Amino acid sequence: MDVVNQLQRQFIDYSASLHREGFLDDQFTQLQKLQDDNSPDFVVEVASLFFEDCEKLINNMARALEQQQGVDFKQVDASVHQLKGSSSSIGAMRVKDVCIAFRSFCEAQNREGCLRCLQQVTHEYSLLKNKLQTLFRLQQQILAAGGSIPVVE
Amino acid sequence: MGLKLQQSYHHSVTVKVNEQMGTKRGYTFIQANRAWLPKFFLLWVMVMAFLSTWIYKKMDADNKVRRKEVLSSMCDQRARMLQDQFSVSVNHVHALAILVSTFHYYKEPSAIDQETFAEYTARTAFERPLLSGVAYAERVVHSEREKFERQHGWTIKTMKREPSPIRDEYAPVIFSQETVSYIESLDMMSGEEDRENILRARATGKAVLTNPFRLLGSHHLGVVLTFPVYKSKLPPSPTEQERIEATAGIFASTDIYCIIVINTSNLVLLDQIQLPALLYLGGAFDVESLVENLLGQLAGNQAILVNVYDITNSSDHLIMYGHQNQDGDLALLHESKLDFGDPFRKHQMICRYHQKAPTSWTALTTAFLFFVICLLVGYILYGAAIHIVKVEDDFHEMEELKVRAEAADVAKSQFLATVSHEIRTPMNGILGMLALLLDTDLSSTQRDYAQTAQVCGKALITLINEVLDRAKIEAGKLELETVPFDLRSILDDVLSLFSEKSRNKGVELAVFVSDKVPEMVMGDPGRFRQIITNLVGNSVKFTERGHIFVKVHLAENPKPMEGPKAETCLNGGSDEDALVSGTRQFKTLSGYEAADERNSWDSFKHLVADEELQYDASVKMKAADEASQSVTLMVSVEDTGIGIPLIAQDRVFMPFMQADSSTSRNYGGTGIGLSITKCLVELMGGHISFISRPQVGSTFSFTTVFGRCKRASFSDTKKPNAEDLPSGFRGLKAVVVDGKPVRAAVTRYHLKRLGMLVEFANSIKIVASTCGKNGSSCGSKTQPDIVLVEKDSWLSGEDGGLSLRTLDRQQNGHVFKSPKMILLATNITNAELEKAKAAGFADTTIMKPLRASMVAACLQQVLGTGKKRQPGRGMLNGSSVLGSLLCGKKILVVDDNMVNRRVAAGALKKFGAAVECAESGKAALKLLQLPHSFDACFMDIQMPEMDGFEATRRIRMMESQANEKMNGGTEEGSIRTGEWHIPILAMTADVIHATYDECLKCGMDGYVSKPFEEENLYLAVSKFFKTKPISDS
Repeated sequence: MDVVNQLQRQFIDYSASLHREGFLDDQFTQLQKLQDDNSPDFVVEVASLFFEDCEKLINNMARALEQQQGVDFKQVDASVHQLKGSSSSIGAMRVKDVCIAFRSFCEAQNREGCLRCLQQVTHEYSLLKNKLQTLFRLQQQILAAGGSIPVVE
Repeated sequence: MGLKLQQSYHHSVTVKVNEQMGTKRGYTFIQANRAWLPKFFLLWVMVMAFLSTWIYKKMDADNKVRRKEVLSSMCDQRARMLQDQFSVSVNHVHALAILVSTFHYYKEPSAIDQETFAEYTARTAFERPLLSGVAYAERVVHSEREKFERQHGWTIKTMKREPSPIRDEYAPVIFSQETVSYIESLDMMSGEEDRENILRARATGKAVLTNPFRLLGSHHLGVVLTFPVYKSKLPPSPTEQERIEATAGIFASTDIYCIIVINTSNLVLLDQIQLPALLYLGGAFDVESLVENLLGQLAGNQAILVNVYDITNSSDHLIMYGHQNQDGDLALLHESKLDFGDPFRKHQMICRYHQKAPTSWTALTTAFLFFVICLLVGYILYGAAIHIVKVEDDFHEMEELKVRAEAADVAKSQFLATVSHEIRTPMNGILGMLALLLDTDLSSTQRDYAQTAQVCGKALITLINEVLDRAKIEAGKLELETVPFDLRSILDDVLSLFSEKSRNKGVELAVFVSDKVPEMVMGDPGRFRQIITNLVGNSVKFTERGHIFVKVHLAENPKPMEGPKAETCLNGGSDEDALVSGTRQFKTLSGYEAADERNSWDSFKHLVADEELQYDASVKMKAADEASQSVTLMVSVEDTGIGIPLIAQDRVFMPFMQADSSTSRNYGGTGIGLSITKCLVELMGGHISFISRPQVGSTFSFTTVFGRCKRASFSDTKKPNAEDLPSGFRGLKAVVVDGKPVRAAVTRYHLKRLGMLVEFANSIKIVASTCGKNGSSCGSKTQPDIVLVEKDSWLSGEDGGLSLRTLDRQQNGHVFKSPKMILLATNITNAELEKAKAAGFADTTIMKPLRASMVAACLQQVLGTGKKRQPGRGMLNGSSVLGSLLCGKKILVVDDNMVNRRVAAGALKKFGAAVECAESGKAALKLLQLPHSFDACFMDIQMPEMDGFEATRRIRMMESQANEKMNGGTEEGSIRTGEWHIPILAMTADVIHATYDECLKCGMDGYVSKPFEEENLYLAVSKFFKTKPISDS
């Protein structure tokens, strides 16, 4: 049980740090709460959906912003909006925050700003992905060790 | 001006401004050539100077021509006169010659001697005005000299008075006029001139003139006229030779010459110059008078100088008359030919003006005046142009300033918008925290405070919006919204805003809404709130004692029936009671006198009574209500403040006007509130008026028109601003103990809103006795659950405490639980509070102003914790409730975002709902083709292709078509008794008001904010899943 306990503590610490550092917010906790026996992989499922979505959107935006001239800001904006919605749904706070800034640049049709934001988004996204994957690994380890995933309040 | 700048952004404003300037700078001609104006002016002046010079010159030339003409005519006239007089003289001399030839030669002996001749010539001298004298000389040849000398007794002498030397022939003077008698016996041939003359006269047979020459002994000029007298008669046309023959033929015998001496002074008749002398000898003649006479005859003689010349020798003009060198106008002269009958001699008269041509003042003045006038005209034009330029410059400047001012105005609005937007964000945080706080376990006071804070926060946000609206009103761009709202809760909110202030002042604040006023009306809640806030705010500001009373009733209310007063007061004789109390108690809310009597109990009770009647027939009334589309409300705000001075009453509604300057000093404020209020009221289709008495109070009343709310629509869409009053008090009985009927009515109004049955009592004693009686006889049927006692009534009755206890005791004696005792107070001191607790008001004290929600909160506390957890309020066990609500429901989630969709689905599944997903509006439409089995639909708003609004609109359209069909056909096919109407909830991240309105407009039933929160979700879902069965039943 020590292993389980240790893992559980590690899990709690880790998710607490994620919250502290602003990667995740309460929405993620809400998601975790939604996960029960009926849908044991709910969070992972949603997260992978999110990653897919993110990658697609980031690619879209990067493509759209590649153009030196005549950038279709409307399209970029739509993508950012999508991304913002997804990220707020999953509780990815930092991604969401960057998205907000991103949108304002889009509205101002500032290509430079958009590119900068895109970079940030990509950065935040990859960070988050790593963190979440770590978290999920921990989860799996706990489960594999026969423990239950502690609820983080 | 075509500037339309109102709400546009600043940069667009500047762009517009530039365009404006571009088009507006269509300079006029004058403006465009402003730099040239002085040059134009100078040019004008120069042209005018030139013109006037030209005019002067032309006029001067005309003058000169005229002068010349005058000169020539004068000169000619003189020449003619001279010539005429000369020829007259010559004619006479001719006659004289004939006389001599007749009487001297043809008579033998001679009939004429010197004496006769002298006398004759003297007497006929007037005939020869030009001649100073005549003499007659005879031709004597040398051979006859001696004989001649002997005959006459003298020798022939030369001009020099010497005996004549021997010559071929002589011409001695034999007869002479007396004036020239000294030339008698002188030989005329001895003078060279005369000799030549005589010879020429003899040859031509005409009068001949000598050159003018200076006479001996004088310097005067003279001319001698010689006329031949022939002895024999000449043939009718004698040749020159014949003439000489004739003379020669008679030469020896009669060599006679007629010598005529011309007195040149007679020429001088035309002039004033000194006279010349006689032919051979100067002499004193009386010419002066002669000259004077002729001077008088001729006009203009003063003006001209006359010279007469002998121009026989064309190279050397000999002057006969006048000075050679004279002053006078040498520039202009006129020559006239003179013909004295001597073809050999030529004479000429030259006239000049005596003085130089005078300056032509007329021409000068005309030219000068012309120049001056033109100069003035030029200057006026120049001045006008300069003025136009200046005015245009000013105009452009003003225009620019105007544009700038307008831009500043826009900037101001923008600033306001930005700032209020910025304030709104933190305010949302405050409100959110308050909402959370309210969900914790709070005491009633704490709850009240928290609620008040929340309400105030909400009001603040509203006010911020109103700041924007104020600008809009000023620009006349205010638009009223039309949404259903609960009038009563708005009034409660406004009151709660001012509750703290009024409580501190000890002013009683109350609101009463007539039952006939519909629960929900269509209109603009924000504006209505603004109006009420303004009016109540004013009242609170200016009231130090007494009350502020807001009353709302139907304006179209026909005068209350004067029928039976169906008062349910326990004591109907309140009127007498008030009189008995003796002091000047007015039957108003607080007992203070109010400006407008209409609100006193006398009229108020009719209103209440009327309502009581109508209450029974409420079904009928409601049916009637549905009929009319709009409802006109009469709202009055009464206070017992300082009132408005009479002189200030007519400018109350003018902006920035307060009663007097001291008002703003004492009470603050800008005075714009009432003017805005007036605008708003008029926008709402009403009008505002007031009655005010200084030191008594003011009553502002206004009417406003609201739309009636369709019952069906608002049962589904309970507005969030219509706060849900707990329904747990339905059917409870309450007794209000209050001596003041108006106040009692207000209390009852609030309790009735909670669904309680209310009775009045004038004092506690009456309650006690009634309870006692009823309690024993009828049991719980009339047993009041709650007794609310007004502080005044409690304090005024000394026996209050006692009777309360009795009441308690009586209650305790029975099985029934005792009624809860509640004290109502505007303000209460701690000591009083203690006393109240001692007296039995252990339960609670409700602080005024009363509000339904606050009363409800207090009652919850009083009636025990069991009721505290109202289903509507208690959220802590929301999950289970939500689960029960959603369990088994089939729900459609429409969202284009995969993640969102999954999360929403997950959340709903968690509560037991069966969830289906659609990734676009179109897909949703397909799934929702009727008939379907979904119970609800969550719709994302922002979706590509077809957004949530559009999808909802289509769904609703589909439904209404189906409904029509269904209504037309049989009803058996449908499972539901109602119509097709799937609840559609919007899912949106931004929860601003506008979005919400948009949601409602397109037929949605509510919205949940993304990401899902349990409470949020519950609130949204519970509205229709709970109300549905109610409305269905």
